[in-house]
Amino acid sequence: MTEQARIVLWLGHRGLNEILRVPGASIPGLLAPTIFLLGLTSMFGAAAELPGFTADDFKTFIVPVGMLQGAAFSGAATGVNLARDIERGWFDRLLLVPAPRLTLLAGIVASAALRSLLPSSVVLIAGLIIGVDWPGLGAVALAFALVMGLATSLACYSTTLALVFRTQQAAPLMQMGGFILVLFTPAFAPEDLLAGWMHAIATINPVTYVLAGVRQGFVGDVTWADTWPALLAIGGMLLVLGSLAARGMRRTGR
Amino acid sequence: MIRVVGALARRALRNTIRRPQFVAPLVVFPTLFLAANVGGLTRTTSLPGFPPVSSFLDFQLAGSLTQALLLGGVASGIAIALEIEMGFFDRLVAAPIPRVAIVLGRLCAAAVIALFQVAWFVAIDLIFGGSVEGGVLGVVAIVAIAVVAGVGFGAIGITIALVARSVSTVQGVFPLVFVILFVSSAFFPQDLLETPARQIARYNPLSYIANGMRDPIVGPVSAEPVLEGLAAAAGVAIVMIAACVLALRRRLASA
Repeated sequence: MTEQARIVLWLGHRGLNEILRVPGASIPGLLAPTIFLLGLTSMFGAAAELPGFTADDFKTFIVPVGMLQGAAFSGAATGVNLARDIERGWFDRLLLVPAPRLTLLAGIVASAALRSLLPSSVVLIAGLIIGVDWPGLGAVALAFALVMGLATSLACYSTTLALVFRTQQAAPLMQMGGFILVLFTPAFAPEDLLAGWMHAIATINPVTYVLAGVRQGFVGDVTWADTWPALLAIGGMLLVLGSLAARGMRRTGR
Repeated sequence: MIRVVGALARRALRNTIRRPQFVAPLVVFPTLFLAANVGGLTRTTSLPGFPPVSSFLDFQLAGSLTQALLLGGVASGIAIALEIEMGFFDRLVAAPIPRVAIVLGRLCAAAVIALFQVAWFVAIDLIFGGSVEGGVLGVVAIVAIAVVAGVGFGAIGITIALVARSVSTVQGVFPLVFVILFVSSAFFPQDLLETPARQIARYNPLSYIANGMRDPIVGPVSAEPVLEGLAAAAGVAIVMIAACVLALRRRLASA
């Protein structure tokens, strides 16, 4: 294993340790998506009776949204943890490590991908318990891959903000990005049932295509027609948000 | 006493305005959630059993306001927990002021913040084509319920902070806010909720608080829902202020 890969693994491992080290900050991110799933199902379950609703029931429609919320919380947590490291001076010491800044960035955001598996698994299990049909192994594997991709993208976004503001006080901004991206999609109803303005936003929101990718198997079958736009959206977000984070890393301390 | 309470309330408000992490949950998150709900579920007003409303925004507004007030309570708790962690609370305790003023100052700030939250959401409603059908009297009713509820929710946050003494524990309460809200009729008509939320909503004070604020928005003011809302808010406030004072005494006794 190369030295750089070892650094990425070590930083990723350290990021995962934050779940146990700062439980007060981790618990909301872990539980909130499941609470949203159960709560939204209880509240808005009757929406599935609307003509044109494409799923058998609301809970099946909303499980993929909960999984993506798990990704959003995990991505935001990466930035909040980095801001804490910056405030405490640990990040300045990390910058002294003889490794390229891109390697350090990869290590920081790698933990988000793994971390996102936890809340999204809890959401999936909760969904299965309340009666959502098993979507199939392939669909679940694809869903988790997309969840990890979104978490990594949003970790890049929150990392950029952490590097700009250098304080945990920017946490709401970090959380808001993922919150908006996930909910301003056909999260609660199929596209044809959305309000006009929401439909317009959802069309240009890349997470709409990620959600359609994750929703496969839960609603309808897994098809390449819904898979490639999801992969393309993740790739595009990683490119744009990753570039911003890399730029922030390069500029830090210079 | 009044001067001290006023000074501490002003300090709490200044700190709230200065710290973006406190302001965001107060209005921004509930507004975004309101937008997501309205944009995604606007057609649900055509469901059989949905009460007649001019728009889904009008129906949702009271739910979002209730959510904002609850998050304001969590923010009050986080602020007190921060003061405990940083040692400022102990300095206040050592100061020659009535100890209960520490809590009352923060609760007065919660009342002012609730007033601001009402103004924010009513403005949002009017800007995006909604209306307060109950007119000026309706707005007065909304303000009355919101201010009393805001004080009650603030007392919940402060009580938790005084017992837990840690910011991270108070932050951990955040998901619970949504649990309580999701088993109420704040966001959707009670008769359309799934079981068991429908049954729980019947006994959840948040249902009455939200319905009391919703009534003047969706139609002319009627006494029953408004008085029920006010009574539910007052009940929460009285019980939780008592709990808050008790928690303060225990904290002082153990200091």
